[in-house]
Amino acid sequence: MTPQPFGARLEGVTLRYRRDDAPALDNLDLTIRPGVITGLLGRNGAGKSTLAALLAGWRRPIAGRVLVGPAGALEDPFENTWTATGTQLVRESGDHWEGTAARDTLAFHAEVRPSWDADLAEHLVGLFGLDVGTHPERLSRGQRSALGIVVGLASRAPLTILDESYLGLDAAHRYAFYDVLLADYAEHPRTIVLSSHLIGEVERLFEDVVILDRGRVLLAESADDVRGRGVTLTGPAADVARVAGDRPVLARQQLGSTTQVTLDGALSADEHAAARAAGLDVGGVSVQDLFVHLTGGAGAAPATEEER
Amino acid sequence: MFDGPEPIYVQIAAWVRTQILAGDLADGDQVMSTTQLSTTFRLNPATAAKAYAGLVDEGLLVKRRGIGMFVADGARDALLAEHRRTFYTDVLDPALDRAALLGIPVDELVDHIRGHARTTPGGDPR
Repeated sequence: MTPQPFGARLEGVTLRYRRDDAPALDNLDLTIRPGVITGLLGRNGAGKSTLAALLAGWRRPIAGRVLVGPAGALEDPFENTWTATGTQLVRESGDHWEGTAARDTLAFHAEVRPSWDADLAEHLVGLFGLDVGTHPERLSRGQRSALGIVVGLASRAPLTILDESYLGLDAAHRYAFYDVLLADYAEHPRTIVLSSHLIGEVERLFEDVVILDRGRVLLAESADDVRGRGVTLTGPAADVARVAGDRPVLARQQLGSTTQVTLDGALSADEHAAARAAGLDVGGVSVQDLFVHLTGGAGAAPATEEER
Repeated sequence: MFDGPEPIYVQIAAWVRTQILAGDLADGDQVMSTTQLSTTFRLNPATAAKAYAGLVDEGLLVKRRGIGMFVADGARDALLAEHRRTFYTDVLDPALDRAALLGIPVDELVDHIRGHARTTPGGDPR
């Protein structure tokens, strides 16, 4: 039996690692819907890993509150055995048991996770060609990532948080992971929070998208709304400006007499018809492109490293 | 597949409509389950379900509880009728506007249509 998926709610959450530092999370309000795959996106230092650690109850905020659990029974996850049993966080570092064979890491999780599926674990070990007799610290980066994926999926936890945990996998194994994730999620719906820099690769897996920027929620909505949110218009500058109206311009390119703008804000049916009548080319904006524009393009690198 | 600018569920629905129209899916045929659709095209199952829900609302698919999703009786005829209704406004009128812009005389267009029909299988030779 699949347990009830967990949802999560953060209210006015602030967390600071050192007193004089900028907050890693700054008065954050956010809801994670139960039973949904949510993409957690942000540049380095945006606060993704901090948010993941709060959801898992590994840290507590200095202000505000974090609540995790099945609908109608949310609890503070900090030092909470009950929510911890239902929450599986897998970080890129792996958090594996060192100095002993990888199979001992799997045995530990099999012990503490009530929904652990040994058949799925065995299938995944075979799929990734994981040598479970080797100590995790002696495995390659890809193999360590694979071990994290096995833990993350076979736990079948009501709240599964995969924090960049599959970035060490090569492309073939990443796609194998996406396929298993979808197939297993379809059969055993649960709440999955997936953070990744490979947005183009994973955006279609998401039902909801959260974009963090410098410790704040820049956007939290359904993936369809995110895809429908931006629009590009291409054509003569005057016509483009007329149809664009007062929508925020995320990017602008000039090619001779042709202008292309990327706008934040969808066109109504009438505006769409007007754009086409004016001979403008109307295009969509992918989650990846929207993310890059909203979080400051390819400009200055963020000041802080993502903290643990 | 499904990487156009529209929402993915809209693209999936359009793909199913095209298959019905082309006869690849006949009335009464079972369509892929949302799980199959999700894993085949690597997309969120809720997205697949949303596409199917729209097609059920349009009367093109019917859900049989516990068995799966099927093409509704008369789905292809309904789609053909819809496409005929919008053919002039969506397809032909823009082409004629363009022809006028290019200064192509009406007689030349009529000749072209007759010639095209003669060489198209199933076209009207008159």
